[in-house]
Amino acid sequence: MNDGMFSADHMFIALVLGMAGVTYALRAGGYWIMGRMPLTPRVQRGMEALPGAIIVSTILPIVLQGGVIVGLCLLVAAGAQIRLKKEYIAVFLAAAAAATLRAVGV
Amino acid sequence: MLERNVTLSLKGCIQGAYLCVPVFPGIIAFGAVFGTVAAQKGLTFLETLLMNSIVFAGASQFVAMELYNAPMTWGTVIAMVGVTAAVNMRMLLIGASLRPWLGQVPAHQTYPALFFLTDLNWVLSLSEYDKGTRDWGIYLGSGLITWTIWSLSVIPGYFAGSLIADPKVFGLDMILPAFFAVLLIPLWKGKRQTVSWLIAGAAATATWMLFGGYWSILTGAIAGAVAGAYYDE
Repeated sequence: MNDGMFSADHMFIALVLGMAGVTYALRAGGYWIMGRMPLTPRVQRGMEALPGAIIVSTILPIVLQGGVIVGLCLLVAAGAQIRLKKEYIAVFLAAAAAATLRAVGV
Repeated sequence: MLERNVTLSLKGCIQGAYLCVPVFPGIIAFGAVFGTVAAQKGLTFLETLLMNSIVFAGASQFVAMELYNAPMTWGTVIAMVGVTAAVNMRMLLIGASLRPWLGQVPAHQTYPALFFLTDLNWVLSLSEYDKGTRDWGIYLGSGLITWTIWSLSVIPGYFAGSLIADPKVFGLDMILPAFFAVLLIPLWKGKRQTVSWLIAGAAATATWMLFGGYWSILTGAIAGAVAGAYYDE
């Protein structure tokens, strides 16, 4: 460790502020826009469908990227949740399944 | 649609923090890896802390660091901010979907609290809302604890190299996706979800195959929401 450990380049500060600013704009922006949308029944139904659609669209590319092992682990998690309804156990089983499958070299 | 009875209590915050516990190993492992990457790239300790705690968006930090080179140029800065925006575009939709939940909370409380919005506290808040919880401490408590754990986990990673050389060996990379899969289950109510999720999945898969990267979350989520809006049973 050197004397520069607690220093920060001024351009780096600008970078952090830029990255944080754009991220906050996205975090708050969608929320803000939705407060100004007329809440027709159709918009409401779309809003109700949005969370599930986000989750599906988040998970699928991870499976496509990760291949069979990732897909199997998520099936383990989903199956455990349907049977046991305990999030902790389901998540633990998925991680354990991934560790085991990788250890045996699937 | 707007809730008139949304409250905030310390008990709710603690409950929110508690719900994050199963995901702690995943957060700690990836926070530590970010610390290691930052050290390898030559960031100072302070620079690492600043980026990690102020930007507070894991995936985008990793992708942006791939573009980092010292000494920096303004071109690098713009490119890094640009990829950060691309990776975090999904926050627009995540935030929008919290409107019914947080819409009744005064703006001077929600807008600061939105800084702590992550995939994790979003999915937790949403599944609690679905169960009938109306204490938005769930959102706030889970956001604050995630930020705290994420901020601290970078420190050992920076100094010790990653504690866990490869999180994949222990399946730690599976924790967050598995949590998402688990919390998706109770959101299924009937045919509307089936249709919406199939269309979301098809759009996300097609986008991923054509363009790769992070756009699939955006296109899939919007396609699924539109399908849900126009599917009349």
